[in-house]
Amino acid sequence: MIDKDQYKVEQEPFYQQQKNEVALYEAAYRNRLPVMVKGPTGCGKSRFIEYMAWKLNKPLITVACNEDMTASDLVGRYLLEANGTRWLDGPLTTAARIGAICYLDEIVEARQDTTVVIHPLTDHRRTLPLDKKGELIHAHPDFQLVISYNPGYQTLMKDLKQSTKQRFTAFDFDYPDAALEAQIVAKETGMDEVVAAQLVKIGGVARSLKGHGLDEGISTRLLVYAATLIKDGVEPRDACRMALVRPITDDADIRETLDHAIDATFA
Amino acid sequence: MAAYWKQLDTRFPQVEEVFEDCMAEALSVLTPEGRDAYLEAGRVIGKLGRGAEPMLAFMEEWPSTAKAVGESALPAVMALIQRMQKSPNGRAIAPFLQTLAPVARRLQSQELLQHYLDITLDFMERTTGSIHGHHTTFPSPGLPEFFAQAPALLSQLTLAGLKNWVEYGIRNYRSHPERQKDYFSLQSADSRAVLQRERHGTLLVDVERKLDLYLRGLWQDSDQLVPYSTAFDELRKPVPYYDKLGIRLPDVYDDAGDISGLDRYRATLAHIVGHRRWSEAQVADNWSPFQRMAVEFFEDCRIETLLIREYPGLRRLFLALHPQPLETACDPETTSCLRHRMAMLSRALLDPEHGYTDTDLNDYVARFHAIMDKGDSSTKDIAALALSYVAKTRRQSDQFARVHFDDTVVDYRDDNRQLWKFIEAGDEEEAFDQERKIEPGEEIRGLPPRHYPEWDYGRPRYRPDWASVYEALHPSGNAADIDRLLAKHSALAKRLKKMLDLLKPQDKVRIRYQEEGSELDLDVAIRSLIDFKGGATPDPRINMSHRTDGRDIAVMLLLDLSESLNDKAAGSDQTILELSQEAVSLLAWAIEKLGDPFAIAGFHSNTRHDVRYLHIKGYGEHFNDDVKARLAAMEAGYSTRMGAAMRHAAHYLGARQADKKLMLILTDGKPSDVDAHDERLLIEDARQAVKELDQDGIFAYCISLDPKADEYVGDIFGRRFTVIDHVERLPERLPQLFMALTK
Repeated sequence: MIDKDQYKVEQEPFYQQQKNEVALYEAAYRNRLPVMVKGPTGCGKSRFIEYMAWKLNKPLITVACNEDMTASDLVGRYLLEANGTRWLDGPLTTAARIGAICYLDEIVEARQDTTVVIHPLTDHRRTLPLDKKGELIHAHPDFQLVISYNPGYQTLMKDLKQSTKQRFTAFDFDYPDAALEAQIVAKETGMDEVVAAQLVKIGGVARSLKGHGLDEGISTRLLVYAATLIKDGVEPRDACRMALVRPITDDADIRETLDHAIDATFA
Repeated sequence: MAAYWKQLDTRFPQVEEVFEDCMAEALSVLTPEGRDAYLEAGRVIGKLGRGAEPMLAFMEEWPSTAKAVGESALPAVMALIQRMQKSPNGRAIAPFLQTLAPVARRLQSQELLQHYLDITLDFMERTTGSIHGHHTTFPSPGLPEFFAQAPALLSQLTLAGLKNWVEYGIRNYRSHPERQKDYFSLQSADSRAVLQRERHGTLLVDVERKLDLYLRGLWQDSDQLVPYSTAFDELRKPVPYYDKLGIRLPDVYDDAGDISGLDRYRATLAHIVGHRRWSEAQVADNWSPFQRMAVEFFEDCRIETLLIREYPGLRRLFLALHPQPLETACDPETTSCLRHRMAMLSRALLDPEHGYTDTDLNDYVARFHAIMDKGDSSTKDIAALALSYVAKTRRQSDQFARVHFDDTVVDYRDDNRQLWKFIEAGDEEEAFDQERKIEPGEEIRGLPPRHYPEWDYGRPRYRPDWASVYEALHPSGNAADIDRLLAKHSALAKRLKKMLDLLKPQDKVRIRYQEEGSELDLDVAIRSLIDFKGGATPDPRINMSHRTDGRDIAVMLLLDLSESLNDKAAGSDQTILELSQEAVSLLAWAIEKLGDPFAIAGFHSNTRHDVRYLHIKGYGEHFNDDVKARLAAMEAGYSTRMGAAMRHAAHYLGARQADKKLMLILTDGKPSDVDAHDERLLIEDARQAVKELDQDGIFAYCISLDPKADEYVGDIFGRRFTVIDHVERLPERLPQLFMALTK
C-alpha cells in the first residue's frame, strides 16, 4: 500500500488571502469539482494549492508538465524486469487511488493528446481507465484534480482545448494590489513594510512595461527573493538589480529604466 | 600712453578713438613683453594695407583672447594672418580677428586654439580657387562666413565635431561657391543637419525609447515626444512644454555637472507628468504677471513635492538641477529681485537644508509644508498661498526694469502654459499655436518623400538625409500584353514547372510511428518491447523518418528602369526593357506558383532630390491583372541611384516576417546619376547599402545585364551576382536563377 502521509503538507504554508478564494475553493472541494487556476508566473498559484491541501488536510501530488510528457507518464506503465514486466502507477493513478489532490502544473506545456486522459476523471464518471492494464479505476471519494496555466506566455499553439477548459471551475489569479503585496513580501521574509512597499513599487514599474519590451512583469516571487537578499544584508539597490532586473530582461533600454526606477525609489 | 601710441605707429582715427581703452585692458592682462608684442603685432596688421578694420579688431580682441588662452599664442595667430595675407583671402582677416576672442573663450586652451587655427588653415587652402592648377587666385568663398559662425558653432560642437562639419562642407561644396557660402553660414538644410548630428550631449532621438519606457514604467503615462531645436534660437531659448499634440522637449541636453543628459530628460518628463496628474488650469485674467509667476513657482514646487513622495530619489535629481541662488546675490535697491526671491523660495521648498535665513521665506516654507502634510492639496489652495506670499514680500523695486536673472531659471520645468486659462483673449499674451492655414494651391500630391543617407566613401561617413525617395504606384497598361508574353514562353514555362515541383521546402520535421523509416525510434521501440514481453500486442510502428516542411522566403525584386534599358540588346531586335519585361513576368509567374510572398518595384532617379520608386506588385497582391497591367506599362528613363532604392526596398522587405529575405536587383549598368561626378561614389554607396541589408538579414543578389559588369559589380555585391551576357536568354535564366538561389 502507498504511504499516504508522504504527500501530506506538514507545515502551514504562508498564504495571504486576496479575496474570498479560500472559501470558494472549499466549496469546490466539498463537491469535488475540478479546479483550474490561471495567472501570471510567480503570483502564488502553487502556493495557494499547497495551502488549500494543508487546510483540508489532504495529500497533494504535484506534476510539473513538460512538452515531452506522454499519457503514460501520467497514468502509469509496464516496466521491464528480469522475468517479465511489472506495472507501475503514474502520479495521476496514484492520486485517484489514495484520494489525493492531483495538481498538474503548467498543463498547457503537455502535449494535447496527454491532456485528454484526464477527461474521464473530470466529469460525473470520476473514473480512470487503464487500457494497457485492462483496469478501470474508480476515483477515491477524496480525489480532486487541479490544473494551473499561465495565459501570459500562451501562443496560438499552446492553448487548452475548449473540451478540456469546460471541465473545470476556474480561479483567476493576478498580482495582489500594492498594499497587500507589500504585506505578503514583509510577512514572507520578515522584512519591514517600508522596504517591502518600495520593492512592490519597483515591481509595479516593470508590470506597466509589460507588452512594451517585457513579456512578463516582476513577479511576487522575485520580490520575495529581493527582500530575502536585503534581509541578508545585501545593499538594497544591488539586491534589486540582482533579483528583479537582471533575471527578467536583456534589453538595455528597459534595464536602464528599471535601474533608474530603483535609484529613484531608494533615495 | 603717448609712447605706446607712438610705438603702434598708425594714423587711423578709428583706432585712435578706442586706443586708450584697449591699452588699459592690455596693460592689466599682459606682461611687459606681451605688451610690446601686442603693439608690434598691431603695427604689422595696420601696415597690411587692408584698412583700419583688421587692426581695430585686433586691438580690441587680443587682450581678452590672451586672457583666455595665454599671450604666447600670438605667434601662431600672426603666422595664420601672414598666410591669409599672402593668399587671396586677405579680406577674411578682419572677420577672423573679430571672432577670435569669443572663440578663445570657448576653447580656453592654447592647444585647442592651435587646432582651431589648423582647421582654419586647412579650410582656407582647400577652398581657395585656382586656375590652371598651380596658382591660387580666387578667395575662399566660405571662409568669412565660417569665421562669423565660429563662436556659435563652438558653443555646440567639440573641435572634432567642428572639424567634421567643416570637412563635410569642403568635400561637398568645394566647387560650388554659392552653395559653399550657404553651407558655412548655416543657411542650408544639410549644413544644419550635419551640425545637429555632430553636437555634443544626449540627443533625444537616441534616448527616445528609454524615455518612453520611463513614462510608461514609472508614471503609467505616455505621449508623443516631440523635439524642438535649441541650436538656432540664440536670443530666446525655447522651454519644454506639452499640449494635446505631445510633450515638447529640446532635441539635445548636455550633461549638467554629474547629471547625465538622460536624467535631465527624465526630470523634465517627471515634472510634466506631475502637472498632468495634479495641476488644474486657473483663470488668469485677474492676476498680474507677478502673481502668476509666483503661482507657477509654488505650483511647480507642490507637484515636485508630490513626485518626490512617489519616488524619493527624485529629490536628489531635482536639487542637482535646481539653481541655488545666494541669499545676498541681488540688491533690492537697484534691481528687481522678484525672480531671485521666487527662486530662493522654490529651492527652500524642495531642499530641507536650504540654509536661507529670511523670516518671511522660512515662514512660507513652513506654511507650505503644513498644507502639503494634509494631503495632495490643490492648485487653487497653493495659488492662494502664493498670492499671499507676493503681497507680503512685495517691494517697490520689483517694478524696476533691471531684473535679476542669474541663478533663477529652473530649466527642467516647463513653461506652465497649461496652468492658465483666459476668459478674455489678452493682448500681451503670445499666441503659441496659431493654426497654420494650408494655402490653396498647396495641395499635397503623392506621398511625402522619404530621406535616406548616402555613403561618402572618401570621408568615410554618411551624408545624412541625402537622397529623397518618392514612391508611387506604377501606372497601368494593358494586362493582356503580359499574358501574351507568357503564352509566347509556354514551352519554357513547362520546363520551369518541372523545376518548381522539384523545389522542396527546407525545414526538417520528424515523423514518428512509421513501420518503415530511416531511423529507429527508441522510445517507441522500448514501449513495443515491453508490450511484447507483457503479452500485449506490440506496436510495429517503431521507426521514424524525416520530411522537410515550410518554405519561408520573402522576395523583393527591384528593377532598374533607367534610360539605358531602351537600348537594343546585342544580337536581338528586342530592347533590354522588353526582355526584362518577359523575364520578370515569367519569374513572377514562377514565384506565384511556389507561393513565396514577393513584391516587385522599379526605380530610377533624376539627381538625389528625385529618386522615384514605383510599386509594381505588393506583398499583399497576387500576380493578377492589376499587377500585369503595371508590368505592361514599364518604361525606362533617367538614371540609376541604386543605393537609395535598395534602402527603400529594404524598408519594406525588412518589415516582412520570414526566415529568409531575398532582394533581387535586376540592372543593366553601374549605379550612376547626373549629379554624381565621381563615378566611384554611387558604386561605394551601393556597396554600403548591401552591407546594411546584410545587417538586417536581407540577402541581396544582383543580376546584371551589362557584359562589362565584372569591373564593378563584384565590388558592390561581393560574390552574389550573375552577369547574363546573352540578354536574349534572360527570360529563361532569371527564373532558373531564382530557383537555384532558393533551393
